[in-house]
Amino acid sequence: MRFKSKSQSEKSPIWLKTLAYSGLVFLHFPIVFILINAFVAHDGNSTYFTLKWFSATLARDDVISAVLLSLKVATAATFLALIMGTMAAAALYRRNFFGKEAITTMLILPIALPGIITGIALLSAMSMLNIEPGFWTIVVSHATFCVVMIYNNVVARFRRMPHSLVEASMDLGADGSTTFRRIILPQLATALLAGGLLAFALSFDELIVTIFTAGHEVTLPIWLLNQLARPRDAAITNVVAMMVMLITALPIIAAYYLTRGTETIAGSSK
Amino acid sequence: MQSVISNPALRLFSNTLYRKNNLFLFLLLTPPLLWFGVVYLGSLFALLWQSFYTFDDFSMAVTNDLTLANYRVLFDSTNLDIILRTLTMAVAVTVACACIGFPIAYYMTRYGSVREKGFFYIAVMLPMWASYIVKTYAWTVILSQEGILYFIFKNLGLTGALESLLQLPIIGGNTLATSQLGRFIVFTYIWLPFMILPIQAALERVPTNLLQASADLGARPAQTFRKILFPLVFPGVVAGSIFTFSLTLGDYIIPQLIGPSGLYIGTMVYTMQGSIGNMPLAAAFTVVPIILIFLYLALAKRAGAFNAL
Repeated sequence: MRFKSKSQSEKSPIWLKTLAYSGLVFLHFPIVFILINAFVAHDGNSTYFTLKWFSATLARDDVISAVLLSLKVATAATFLALIMGTMAAAALYRRNFFGKEAITTMLILPIALPGIITGIALLSAMSMLNIEPGFWTIVVSHATFCVVMIYNNVVARFRRMPHSLVEASMDLGADGSTTFRRIILPQLATALLAGGLLAFALSFDELIVTIFTAGHEVTLPIWLLNQLARPRDAAITNVVAMMVMLITALPIIAAYYLTRGTETIAGSSK
Repeated sequence: MQSVISNPALRLFSNTLYRKNNLFLFLLLTPPLLWFGVVYLGSLFALLWQSFYTFDDFSMAVTNDLTLANYRVLFDSTNLDIILRTLTMAVAVTVACACIGFPIAYYMTRYGSVREKGFFYIAVMLPMWASYIVKTYAWTVILSQEGILYFIFKNLGLTGALESLLQLPIIGGNTLATSQLGRFIVFTYIWLPFMILPIQAALERVPTNLLQASADLGARPAQTFRKILFPLVFPGVVAGSIFTFSLTLGDYIIPQLIGPSGLYIGTMVYTMQGSIGNMPLAAAFTVVPIILIFLYLALAKRAGAFNAL
Protein backbone atom coordinates (compact mmCIF):
# COMPACT_ATOMS: atom_id res chain seq x y z
CA MET A 1 0.00 0.00 0.00
CA ARG A 2 1.45 3.33 -1.01
CA PHE A 3 -0.02 6.74 -0.68
CA LYS A 4 -0.21 8.74 -3.88
CA SER A 5 -1.78 12.01 -4.72
CA LYS A 6 -5.51 11.91 -5.16
CA SER A 7 -5.44 13.00 -8.78
CA GLN A 8 -3.65 9.83 -9.86
CA SER A 9 -5.73 6.76 -10.06
CA GLU A 10 -5.05 4.51 -7.16
CA LYS A 11 -6.44 1.29 -5.92
CA SER A 12 -7.37 0.71 -2.35
CA PRO A 13 -6.43 -2.50 -0.60
CA ILE A 14 -9.34 -4.86 -0.92
CA TRP A 15 -9.67 -5.40 2.84
CA LEU A 16 -10.15 -1.70 3.39
CA LYS A 17 -12.80 -1.46 0.72
CA THR A 18 -14.57 -4.47 2.22
CA LEU A 19 -14.48 -2.94 5.70
CA ALA A 20 -15.81 0.40 4.46
CA TYR A 21 -18.67 -1.13 2.51
CA SER A 22 -19.56 -3.54 5.34
CA GLY A 23 -19.76 -0.47 7.56
CA LEU A 24 -22.27 1.06 5.18
CA VAL A 25 -24.26 -2.18 5.14
CA PHE A 26 -24.34 -2.12 8.94
CA LEU A 27 -25.58 1.48 8.86
CA HIS A 28 -28.34 0.76 6.39
CA PHE A 29 -29.72 -2.68 7.03
CA PRO A 30 -32.05 -1.66 9.90
CA ILE A 31 -33.42 1.09 7.68
CA VAL A 32 -33.92 -1.24 4.73
CA PHE A 33 -35.49 -3.69 7.14
CA ILE A 34 -38.07 -1.08 8.18
CA LEU A 35 -38.79 -0.16 4.56
CA ILE A 36 -39.41 -3.76 3.58
CA ASN A 37 -41.48 -4.54 6.66
CA ALA A 38 -43.94 -1.80 5.80
CA PHE A 39 -44.97 -3.72 2.68
CA VAL A 40 -45.06 -7.23 4.07
CA ALA A 41 -48.04 -9.14 5.38
CA HIS A 42 -48.11 -12.58 6.97
CA ASP A 43 -51.11 -14.74 6.34
CA GLY A 44 -50.92 -18.10 7.99
CA ASN A 45 -47.74 -19.53 6.53
CA SER A 46 -47.44 -17.34 3.47
CA THR A 47 -45.70 -13.99 3.34
CA TYR A 48 -46.56 -11.53 0.61
CA PHE A 49 -46.19 -7.91 -0.42
CA THR A 50 -49.13 -5.63 0.11
CA LEU A 51 -50.20 -2.02 0.30
CA LYS A 52 -53.06 -2.68 2.67
CA TRP A 53 -51.18 -1.36 5.72
CA PHE A 54 -51.03 2.04 4.08
CA SER A 55 -54.77 2.46 3.83
CA ALA A 56 -55.11 1.06 7.35
CA THR A 57 -52.64 3.66 8.61
CA LEU A 58 -54.31 6.57 6.84
CA ALA A 59 -57.60 5.60 8.43
CA ARG A 60 -56.16 5.99 11.93
CA ASP A 61 -57.05 9.33 13.53
CA ASP A 62 -54.31 9.07 16.16
CA VAL A 63 -51.66 8.74 13.44
CA ILE A 64 -52.98 11.69 11.47
CA SER A 65 -53.19 13.98 14.48
CA ALA A 66 -49.67 13.01 15.62
CA VAL A 67 -48.31 13.76 12.13
CA LEU A 68 -50.11 17.11 12.01
CA LEU A 69 -48.89 18.09 15.47
CA SER A 70 -45.28 17.22 14.58
CA LEU A 71 -45.51 19.19 11.33
CA LYS A 72 -46.94 22.22 13.16
CA VAL A 73 -44.31 22.07 15.90
CA ALA A 74 -41.47 21.68 13.40
CA THR A 75 -42.73 24.62 11.32
CA ALA A 76 -43.07 26.95 14.29
CA ALA A 77 -39.74 25.91 15.82
CA THR A 78 -37.95 26.32 12.48
CA PHE A 79 -39.45 29.78 12.01
CA LEU A 80 -38.30 30.97 15.45
CA ALA A 81 -34.88 29.38 14.98
CA LEU A 82 -34.46 31.04 11.56
CA ILE A 83 -34.98 34.48 13.05
CA MET A 84 -32.77 34.02 16.10
CA GLY A 85 -30.08 31.99 14.35
CA THR A 86 -29.70 34.59 11.59
CA MET A 87 -29.56 37.45 14.08
CA ALA A 88 -26.92 35.69 16.13
CA ALA A 89 -24.89 34.86 13.01
CA ALA A 90 -25.08 38.45 11.72
CA ALA A 91 -23.94 39.76 15.10
CA LEU A 92 -21.09 37.34 15.65
CA TYR A 93 -19.44 36.68 12.28
CA ARG A 94 -17.28 39.80 11.92
CA ARG A 95 -17.06 41.45 15.28
CA ASN A 96 -14.86 40.50 18.17
CA PHE A 97 -15.99 41.56 21.57
CA PHE A 98 -15.91 40.50 25.17
CA GLY A 99 -18.13 37.50 25.83
CA LYS A 100 -18.37 36.36 22.22
CA GLU A 101 -16.95 32.91 23.02
CA ALA A 102 -19.45 32.56 25.85
CA ILE A 103 -22.33 33.37 23.49
CA THR A 104 -21.28 30.79 20.88
CA THR A 105 -20.83 28.19 23.62
CA MET A 106 -24.30 28.98 24.90
CA LEU A 107 -25.79 28.48 21.42
CA ILE A 108 -24.12 25.06 21.11
CA LEU A 109 -24.94 23.95 24.66
CA PRO A 110 -28.46 22.61 23.93
CA ILE A 111 -27.07 20.03 21.50
CA ALA A 112 -23.77 19.46 23.34
CA LEU A 113 -25.46 18.51 26.60
CA PRO A 114 -27.50 15.29 26.56
CA GLY A 115 -31.13 15.90 25.62
CA ILE A 116 -32.36 14.60 28.96
CA ILE A 117 -30.71 17.56 30.70
CA THR A 118 -32.30 20.13 28.41
CA GLY A 119 -35.63 18.36 28.76
CA ILE A 120 -35.68 18.03 32.52
CA ALA A 121 -34.32 21.57 32.97
CA LEU A 122 -37.16 23.05 30.92
CA LEU A 123 -39.65 20.87 32.78
CA SER A 124 -38.38 22.00 36.17
CA ALA A 125 -38.53 25.65 35.10
CA MET A 126 -42.08 25.11 33.83
CA SER A 127 -43.18 23.51 37.08
CA MET A 128 -41.61 26.33 39.10
CA LEU A 129 -43.48 28.92 37.02
CA ASN A 130 -46.67 26.85 36.91
CA ILE A 131 -46.67 26.71 33.12
CA GLU A 132 -48.87 23.95 31.76
CA PRO A 133 -46.93 21.85 29.17
CA GLY A 134 -48.46 21.85 25.70
CA PHE A 135 -47.95 22.91 22.10
CA TRP A 136 -45.96 26.06 22.86
CA THR A 137 -43.67 24.46 25.40
CA ILE A 138 -42.74 21.88 22.75
CA VAL A 139 -42.07 24.67 20.24
CA VAL A 140 -39.91 26.59 22.72
CA SER A 141 -37.84 23.53 23.59
CA HIS A 142 -37.35 22.61 19.92
CA ALA A 143 -36.45 26.14 18.85
CA THR A 144 -33.78 26.19 21.57
CA PHE A 145 -31.77 23.38 19.98
CA CYS A 146 -32.64 24.30 16.38
CA VAL A 147 -31.04 27.76 16.57
CA VAL A 148 -27.55 26.30 16.31
CA MET A 149 -28.39 24.54 13.01
CA ILE A 150 -29.34 27.86 11.42
CA TYR A 151 -26.48 29.69 13.11
CA ASN A 152 -23.85 27.23 11.82
CA ASN A 153 -25.07 27.42 8.24
CA VAL A 154 -25.58 31.16 8.11
CA VAL A 155 -22.36 32.10 9.89
CA ALA A 156 -20.38 29.94 7.45
CA ARG A 157 -22.04 31.74 4.55
CA PHE A 158 -21.45 35.18 6.07
CA ARG A 159 -17.75 34.38 6.47
CA ARG A 160 -17.45 33.46 2.79
CA MET A 161 -19.30 36.56 1.64
CA PRO A 162 -16.87 39.41 0.99
CA HIS A 163 -17.82 42.46 3.00
CA SER A 164 -16.80 44.61 0.04
CA LEU A 165 -20.11 43.63 -1.60
CA VAL A 166 -21.95 45.45 1.15
CA GLU A 167 -19.61 48.42 0.97
CA ALA A 168 -19.95 48.62 -2.81
CA SER A 169 -23.71 48.60 -2.54
CA MET A 170 -23.68 51.39 0.02
CA ASP A 171 -21.16 53.40 -2.04
CA LEU A 172 -23.42 53.15 -5.05
CA GLY A 173 -26.20 54.80 -3.09
CA ALA A 174 -28.27 51.95 -1.77
CA ASP A 175 -29.35 52.34 1.82
CA GLY A 176 -29.06 49.70 4.53
CA SER A 177 -32.40 48.05 3.98
CA THR A 178 -31.97 47.90 0.20
CA THR A 179 -28.52 46.41 0.65
CA PHE A 180 -30.02 43.84 2.97
CA ARG A 181 -32.79 42.90 0.54
CA ARG A 182 -30.78 43.03 -2.69
CA ILE A 183 -27.30 41.92 -1.63
CA ILE A 184 -27.23 40.10 1.69
CA LEU A 185 -30.46 38.14 1.55
CA PRO A 186 -29.83 36.58 -1.90
CA GLN A 187 -26.37 35.54 -0.72
CA LEU A 188 -27.82 33.91 2.37
CA ALA A 189 -30.81 32.31 0.68
CA THR A 190 -29.51 28.77 0.21
CA ALA A 191 -27.83 28.74 3.62
CA LEU A 192 -31.11 29.77 5.23
CA LEU A 193 -32.99 27.15 3.27
CA ALA A 194 -30.50 24.40 4.10
CA GLY A 195 -30.38 25.34 7.78
CA GLY A 196 -34.15 25.57 7.89
CA LEU A 197 -34.55 22.12 6.35
CA LEU A 198 -32.15 20.61 8.87
CA ALA A 199 -33.85 22.35 11.78
CA PHE A 200 -37.20 21.09 10.50
CA ALA A 201 -35.92 17.51 10.26
CA LEU A 202 -34.33 17.76 13.71
CA SER A 203 -37.52 19.03 15.30
CA PHE A 204 -39.80 16.59 13.47
CA ASP A 205 -37.81 13.65 14.86
CA GLU A 206 -37.09 14.85 18.37
CA LEU A 207 -38.06 12.56 21.20
CA ILE A 208 -35.65 12.90 24.14
CA VAL A 209 -36.46 16.52 25.01
CA THR A 210 -40.07 16.35 23.80
CA ILE A 211 -41.08 13.68 26.30
CA PHE A 212 -40.43 16.18 29.08
CA THR A 213 -42.00 19.25 27.49
CA ALA A 214 -45.00 17.71 25.71
CA GLY A 215 -47.33 17.13 28.65
CA HIS A 216 -50.29 15.23 27.23
CA GLU A 217 -49.61 16.15 23.61
CA VAL A 218 -48.56 13.25 21.38
CA THR A 219 -46.05 14.09 18.68
CA LEU A 220 -45.15 11.50 16.06
CA PRO A 221 -41.99 10.21 17.83
CA ILE A 222 -43.93 9.92 21.10
CA TRP A 223 -46.67 8.06 19.26
CA LEU A 224 -44.02 5.65 17.92
CA LEU A 225 -42.56 5.15 21.39
CA ASN A 226 -46.01 4.33 22.76
CA GLN A 227 -46.51 1.89 19.89
CA LEU A 228 -43.56 -0.20 21.07
CA ALA A 229 -45.75 -1.38 23.93
CA ARG A 230 -48.34 -2.60 21.42
CA PRO A 231 -46.68 -5.39 19.39
CA ARG A 232 -50.00 -6.44 17.85
CA ASP A 233 -50.18 -3.10 16.11
CA ALA A 234 -46.76 -3.62 14.51
CA ALA A 235 -48.00 -3.40 10.91
CA ILE A 236 -49.20 0.18 11.41
CA THR A 237 -46.02 1.05 13.33
CA ASN A 238 -43.92 -0.16 10.39
CA VAL A 239 -45.76 2.06 7.93
CA VAL A 240 -45.48 5.13 10.16
CA ALA A 241 -41.79 4.37 10.77
CA MET A 242 -41.25 4.32 7.01
CA MET A 243 -43.13 7.60 6.55
CA VAL A 244 -41.00 9.26 9.24
CA MET A 245 -37.85 8.07 7.48
CA LEU A 246 -38.98 9.57 4.19
CA ILE A 247 -40.16 12.88 5.67
CA THR A 248 -36.75 13.42 7.28
CA ALA A 249 -34.60 11.96 4.48
CA LEU A 250 -35.84 14.39 1.83
CA PRO A 251 -34.85 17.61 3.68
CA ILE A 252 -31.42 16.10 4.48
CA ILE A 253 -30.67 15.26 0.86
CA ALA A 254 -31.97 18.67 -0.24
CA ALA A 255 -29.79 20.44 2.33
CA TYR A 256 -26.76 18.46 1.13
CA TYR A 257 -27.23 19.54 -2.48
CA LEU A 258 -27.95 23.14 -1.49
CA THR A 259 -24.66 23.56 0.36
CA ARG A 260 -22.46 21.20 -1.64
CA GLY A 261 -19.19 22.78 -2.75
CA THR A 262 -19.14 25.28 0.08
CA GLU A 263 -16.59 24.86 2.82
CA THR A 264 -19.01 23.46 5.33
CA ILE A 265 -21.70 21.06 4.31
CA ALA A 266 -24.97 21.35 6.12
CA GLY A 267 -25.84 18.48 8.37
CA SER A 268 -22.33 17.20 8.80
CA SER A 269 -22.70 17.78 12.50
CA LYS A 270 -26.04 17.36 14.12
CA MET B 1 -33.99 53.46 -10.04
CA GLN B 2 -37.04 54.41 -8.09
CA SER B 3 -37.68 50.94 -6.73
CA VAL B 4 -34.31 50.70 -5.04
CA ILE B 5 -34.99 53.58 -2.69
CA SER B 6 -37.02 52.56 0.29
CA ASN B 7 -39.24 54.87 2.29
CA PRO B 8 -37.44 57.62 4.21
CA ALA B 9 -38.10 56.34 7.70
CA LEU B 10 -36.79 52.89 6.90
CA ARG B 11 -33.84 54.46 5.12
CA LEU B 12 -32.98 56.57 8.13
CA PHE B 13 -33.37 53.60 10.44
CA SER B 14 -31.23 51.20 8.42
CA ASN B 15 -28.53 53.80 7.78
CA THR B 16 -28.34 54.60 11.48
CA LEU B 17 -27.86 50.92 12.14
CA TYR B 18 -25.09 50.76 9.55
CA ARG B 19 -23.24 53.69 11.12
CA LYS B 20 -23.84 52.89 14.77
CA ASN B 21 -22.20 49.51 14.83
CA ASN B 22 -22.62 48.89 18.52
CA LEU B 23 -26.30 49.78 18.51
CA PHE B 24 -26.82 47.38 15.63
CA LEU B 25 -24.91 44.65 17.43
CA PHE B 26 -26.97 45.23 20.54
CA LEU B 27 -30.27 45.02 18.64
CA LEU B 28 -29.16 41.87 16.82
CA LEU B 29 -27.99 40.10 19.93
CA THR B 30 -30.82 40.98 22.28
CA PRO B 31 -33.46 38.45 21.11
CA PRO B 32 -31.17 35.38 20.96
CA LEU B 33 -29.49 36.38 24.21
CA LEU B 34 -32.82 36.86 25.95
CA TRP B 35 -34.01 33.51 24.67
CA PHE B 36 -30.88 31.60 25.65
CA GLY B 37 -30.13 33.55 28.79
CA VAL B 38 -33.65 33.43 30.18
CA VAL B 39 -35.29 30.33 28.76
CA TYR B 40 -32.32 28.01 28.52
CA LEU B 41 -29.82 29.06 31.18
CA GLY B 42 -32.72 30.03 33.43
CA SER B 43 -34.04 26.48 33.15
CA LEU B 44 -30.63 24.99 33.85
CA PHE B 45 -30.35 27.10 36.98
CA ALA B 46 -33.90 26.15 38.01
CA LEU B 47 -32.82 22.52 37.67
CA LEU B 48 -29.66 23.09 39.67
CA TRP B 49 -31.61 24.94 42.34
CA GLN B 50 -34.12 22.11 42.69
CA SER B 51 -31.31 19.64 43.29
CA PHE B 52 -30.94 21.26 46.73
CA TYR B 53 -34.59 20.81 47.65
CA THR B 54 -35.67 18.20 50.17
CA PHE B 55 -37.64 15.10 49.19
CA ASP B 56 -39.56 13.50 52.02
CA ASP B 57 -39.50 9.70 51.57
CA PHE B 58 -42.62 9.18 53.68
CA SER B 59 -44.95 11.79 52.31
CA MET B 60 -43.34 11.57 48.82
CA ALA B 61 -43.46 15.36 48.67
CA VAL B 62 -40.86 17.95 47.76
CA THR B 63 -40.26 20.84 50.18
CA ASN B 64 -38.25 23.99 49.64
CA ASP B 65 -35.81 23.34 52.49
CA LEU B 66 -32.30 23.41 51.07
CA THR B 67 -30.11 20.39 51.69
CA LEU B 68 -27.07 18.59 50.33
CA ALA B 69 -28.62 15.19 51.02
CA ASN B 70 -29.33 14.51 47.34
CA TYR B 71 -25.66 14.83 46.50
CA ARG B 72 -24.71 12.59 49.42
CA VAL B 73 -27.08 9.93 48.06
CA LEU B 74 -25.18 9.96 44.77
CA PHE B 75 -22.27 8.28 46.56
CA ASP B 76 -24.35 5.31 47.74
CA SER B 77 -22.97 2.10 46.31
CA THR B 78 -26.08 1.43 44.17
CA ASN B 79 -25.88 4.90 42.64
CA LEU B 80 -22.13 4.64 42.11
CA ASP B 81 -22.86 1.36 40.31
CA ILE B 82 -25.29 3.15 38.02
CA ILE B 83 -22.74 5.83 37.22
CA LEU B 84 -19.97 3.30 36.63
CA ARG B 85 -22.21 1.11 34.45
CA THR B 86 -23.16 4.07 32.27
CA LEU B 87 -19.58 5.28 32.05
CA THR B 88 -18.32 1.82 31.00
CA MET B 89 -20.94 1.62 28.28
CA ALA B 90 -20.11 5.12 27.04
CA VAL B 91 -16.40 4.28 26.80
CA ALA B 92 -17.05 0.91 25.13
CA VAL B 93 -19.39 2.47 22.58
CA THR B 94 -16.90 5.26 21.86
CA VAL B 95 -14.06 2.80 21.23
CA ALA B 96 -16.25 0.60 19.03
CA CYS B 97 -17.46 3.60 17.00
CA ALA B 98 -13.87 4.74 16.45
CA CYS B 99 -12.78 1.26 15.32
CA ILE B 100 -15.69 0.82 12.90
CA GLY B 101 -15.78 4.44 11.79
CA PHE B 102 -12.12 4.93 10.98
CA PRO B 103 -11.90 2.52 8.00
CA ILE B 104 -15.07 3.99 6.51
CA ALA B 105 -13.83 7.57 6.84
CA TYR B 106 -10.38 6.58 5.63
CA TYR B 107 -11.63 4.76 2.57
CA MET B 108 -13.97 7.54 1.49
CA THR B 109 -11.34 10.26 1.91
CA ARG B 110 -8.27 8.54 0.44
CA TYR B 111 -9.64 6.27 -2.22
CA GLY B 112 -13.14 7.37 -3.04
CA SER B 113 -13.65 9.02 -6.43
CA VAL B 114 -15.67 12.25 -6.36
CA ARG B 115 -18.87 10.33 -6.98
CA GLU B 116 -18.06 7.59 -4.49
CA LYS B 117 -17.24 10.21 -1.88
CA GLY B 118 -20.59 11.92 -2.39
CA PHE B 119 -22.29 8.56 -2.17
CA PHE B 120 -20.53 7.74 1.10
CA TYR B 121 -21.33 11.17 2.45
CA ILE B 122 -25.05 10.77 1.90
CA ALA B 123 -24.91 7.14 2.98
CA VAL B 124 -23.47 8.21 6.34
CA MET B 125 -25.66 11.27 6.74
CA LEU B 126 -28.99 9.56 6.07
CA PRO B 127 -28.74 7.03 8.93
CA MET B 128 -27.42 9.79 11.17
CA TRP B 129 -30.48 11.92 10.59
CA ALA B 130 -32.98 9.10 10.33
CA SER B 131 -35.41 9.11 13.21
CA TYR B 132 -33.83 7.93 16.46
CA ILE B 133 -36.95 6.14 17.65
CA VAL B 134 -37.46 4.41 14.29
CA LYS B 135 -33.89 3.08 14.32
CA THR B 136 -34.28 1.87 17.90
CA TYR B 137 -37.61 0.30 17.02
CA ALA B 138 -36.00 -1.50 14.07
CA TRP B 139 -33.39 -2.98 16.39
CA THR B 140 -35.93 -4.20 18.92
CA VAL B 141 -37.51 -6.17 16.08
CA ILE B 142 -34.18 -7.34 14.63
CA LEU B 143 -32.82 -8.54 17.98
CA SER B 144 -36.00 -10.26 19.14
CA GLN B 145 -36.15 -14.04 19.26
CA GLU B 146 -38.47 -14.14 16.26
CA GLY B 147 -36.20 -11.60 14.59
CA ILE B 148 -33.92 -11.76 11.60
CA LEU B 149 -30.64 -12.23 13.51
CA TYR B 150 -31.86 -15.37 15.28
CA PHE B 151 -33.22 -16.55 11.93
CA ILE B 152 -29.83 -16.06 10.24
CA PHE B 153 -27.93 -17.76 13.05
CA LYS B 154 -30.36 -20.67 12.96
CA ASN B 155 -30.04 -21.14 9.22
CA LEU B 156 -26.25 -21.02 9.42
CA GLY B 157 -26.40 -23.62 12.20
CA LEU B 158 -24.77 -21.19 14.61
CA THR B 159 -27.52 -21.04 17.23
CA GLY B 160 -25.21 -22.91 19.63
CA ALA B 161 -22.46 -20.35 19.18
CA LEU B 162 -24.90 -17.49 19.82
CA GLU B 163 -26.23 -19.22 22.92
CA SER B 164 -22.76 -19.72 24.36
CA LEU B 165 -21.91 -16.09 23.57
CA LEU B 166 -24.94 -15.03 25.58
CA GLN B 167 -23.84 -17.27 28.47
CA LEU B 168 -20.80 -15.06 29.00
CA PRO B 169 -20.88 -12.90 32.12
CA ILE B 170 -21.37 -9.12 31.83
CA ILE B 171 -22.20 -9.00 28.12
CA GLY B 172 -24.60 -11.95 28.19
CA GLY B 173 -28.30 -12.31 28.95
CA ASN B 174 -31.27 -14.51 28.23
CA THR B 175 -31.70 -13.30 24.68
CA LEU B 176 -29.92 -10.82 22.42
CA ALA B 177 -32.59 -8.21 23.11
CA THR B 178 -32.10 -8.43 26.88
CA SER B 179 -28.29 -8.65 26.93
CA GLN B 180 -25.70 -5.93 27.42
CA LEU B 181 -24.30 -7.08 24.07
CA GLY B 182 -27.55 -6.19 22.34
CA ARG B 183 -27.66 -2.78 24.02
CA PHE B 184 -24.03 -2.17 23.08
CA ILE B 185 -24.75 -3.01 19.41
CA VAL B 186 -27.69 -0.62 19.30
CA PHE B 187 -25.77 2.24 20.95
CA THR B 188 -22.85 1.71 18.58
CA TYR B 189 -25.17 1.66 15.61
CA ILE B 190 -27.05 4.81 16.58
CA TRP B 191 -24.00 6.98 17.31
CA LEU B 192 -21.60 5.61 14.66
CA PRO B 193 -22.26 8.33 12.03
CA PHE B 194 -21.39 11.01 14.59
CA MET B 195 -17.91 9.49 14.74
CA ILE B 196 -17.38 9.01 11.01
CA LEU B 197 -17.95 12.60 9.90
CA PRO B 198 -15.43 14.33 12.23
CA ILE B 199 -12.79 11.70 11.38
CA GLN B 200 -13.50 12.24 7.70
CA ALA B 201 -13.14 16.01 8.12
CA ALA B 202 -9.80 15.54 9.91
CA LEU B 203 -8.52 13.12 7.24
CA GLU B 204 -9.52 15.58 4.55
CA ARG B 205 -7.11 18.14 6.02
CA VAL B 206 -4.05 15.84 6.06
CA PRO B 207 -1.82 16.88 3.14
CA THR B 208 -1.18 13.88 0.91
CA ASN B 209 2.44 14.86 0.33
CA LEU B 210 3.25 14.21 4.00
CA LEU B 211 2.26 10.61 3.47
CA GLN B 212 4.22 10.47 0.21
CA ALA B 213 7.27 11.91 1.95
CA SER B 214 6.98 9.32 4.67
CA ALA B 215 6.76 6.52 2.12
CA ASP B 216 9.66 7.97 0.08
CA LEU B 217 11.81 8.07 3.18
CA GLY B 218 11.29 4.36 3.56
CA ALA B 219 8.50 4.04 6.07
CA ARG B 220 6.30 1.01 5.74
CA PRO B 221 2.55 1.74 5.43
CA ALA B 222 1.99 0.64 9.03
CA GLN B 223 4.71 3.01 10.20
CA THR B 224 3.30 5.88 8.16
CA PHE B 225 -0.07 5.21 9.69
CA ARG B 226 1.23 5.09 13.24
CA LYS B 227 3.72 7.94 13.08
CA ILE B 228 2.20 10.38 10.60
CA LEU B 229 -1.44 9.79 9.82
CA PHE B 230 -2.86 8.79 13.17
CA PRO B 231 -1.36 11.67 15.20
CA LEU B 232 -2.73 14.11 12.62
CA VAL B 233 -6.21 12.57 12.62
CA PHE B 234 -6.40 11.95 16.35
CA PRO B 235 -8.10 15.30 17.13
CA GLY B 236 -10.85 14.27 14.69
CA VAL B 237 -11.33 10.97 16.52
CA VAL B 238 -11.55 12.86 19.81
CA ALA B 239 -14.05 15.30 18.28
CA GLY B 240 -16.22 12.36 17.22
CA SER B 241 -15.86 10.74 20.61
CA ILE B 242 -17.36 13.83 22.26
CA PHE B 243 -20.63 12.99 20.52
CA THR B 244 -20.59 9.24 21.10
CA PHE B 245 -19.56 9.67 24.74
CA SER B 246 -22.00 12.43 25.64
CA LEU B 247 -24.94 10.96 23.75
CA THR B 248 -24.51 7.52 25.35
CA LEU B 249 -24.10 9.05 28.79
CA GLY B 250 -27.45 10.85 28.68
CA ASP B 251 -29.59 8.34 26.79
CA TYR B 252 -32.64 6.98 28.56
CA ILE B 253 -34.68 5.38 25.77
CA ILE B 254 -32.34 2.63 24.55
CA PRO B 255 -31.57 1.28 28.07
CA GLN B 256 -35.33 1.02 28.64
CA LEU B 257 -36.04 -0.82 25.42
CA ILE B 258 -33.00 -3.05 24.93
CA GLY B 259 -30.83 -4.90 27.41
CA PRO B 260 -31.07 -6.06 31.02
CA SER B 261 -32.93 -4.17 33.71
CA GLY B 262 -30.06 -2.39 35.54
CA LEU B 263 -30.55 1.39 35.62
CA TYR B 264 -28.45 3.90 33.69
CA ILE B 265 -27.93 7.56 34.57
CA GLY B 266 -30.60 8.56 32.06
CA THR B 267 -33.16 5.96 33.13
CA MET B 268 -32.47 6.81 36.78
CA VAL B 269 -33.19 10.50 36.15
CA TYR B 270 -36.29 9.58 34.16
CA THR B 271 -37.78 7.25 36.81
CA MET B 272 -36.87 9.60 39.66
CA GLN B 273 -38.60 12.49 37.94
CA GLY B 274 -41.50 10.57 36.39
CA SER B 275 -42.77 7.61 38.39
CA ILE B 276 -41.33 8.53 41.80
CA GLY B 277 -41.61 12.30 41.63
CA ASN B 278 -38.28 12.83 43.37
CA MET B 279 -37.27 15.82 41.28
CA PRO B 280 -34.45 16.90 43.65
CA LEU B 281 -32.60 13.59 43.29
CA ALA B 282 -33.25 13.53 39.54
CA ALA B 283 -31.78 17.03 39.33
CA ALA B 284 -28.75 16.03 41.40
CA PHE B 285 -28.26 13.05 39.09
CA THR B 286 -28.18 15.23 35.98
CA VAL B 287 -25.20 17.03 37.46
CA VAL B 288 -23.18 13.80 37.06
CA PRO B 289 -23.23 13.69 33.24
CA ILE B 290 -22.73 17.46 33.13
CA ILE B 291 -19.54 17.16 35.21
CA LEU B 292 -18.34 14.08 33.29
CA ILE B 293 -18.92 15.83 29.97
CA PHE B 294 -17.15 19.00 31.03
CA LEU B 295 -14.18 16.91 32.20
CA TYR B 296 -14.23 15.11 28.88
CA LEU B 297 -14.47 18.37 26.96
CA ALA B 298 -11.48 19.73 28.88
CA LEU B 299 -9.46 16.65 27.94
CA ALA B 300 -10.68 16.91 24.35
CA LYS B 301 -9.67 20.54 24.18
CA ARG B 302 -6.14 19.59 25.21
CA ALA B 303 -6.11 16.99 22.43
CA GLY B 304 -7.00 19.75 19.97
CA ALA B 305 -10.42 18.36 19.17
CA PHE B 306 -12.11 21.75 18.89
CA ASN B 307 -10.01 22.73 15.92
CA ALA B 308 -11.15 19.52 14.25
CA LEU B 309 -14.86 20.13 14.69
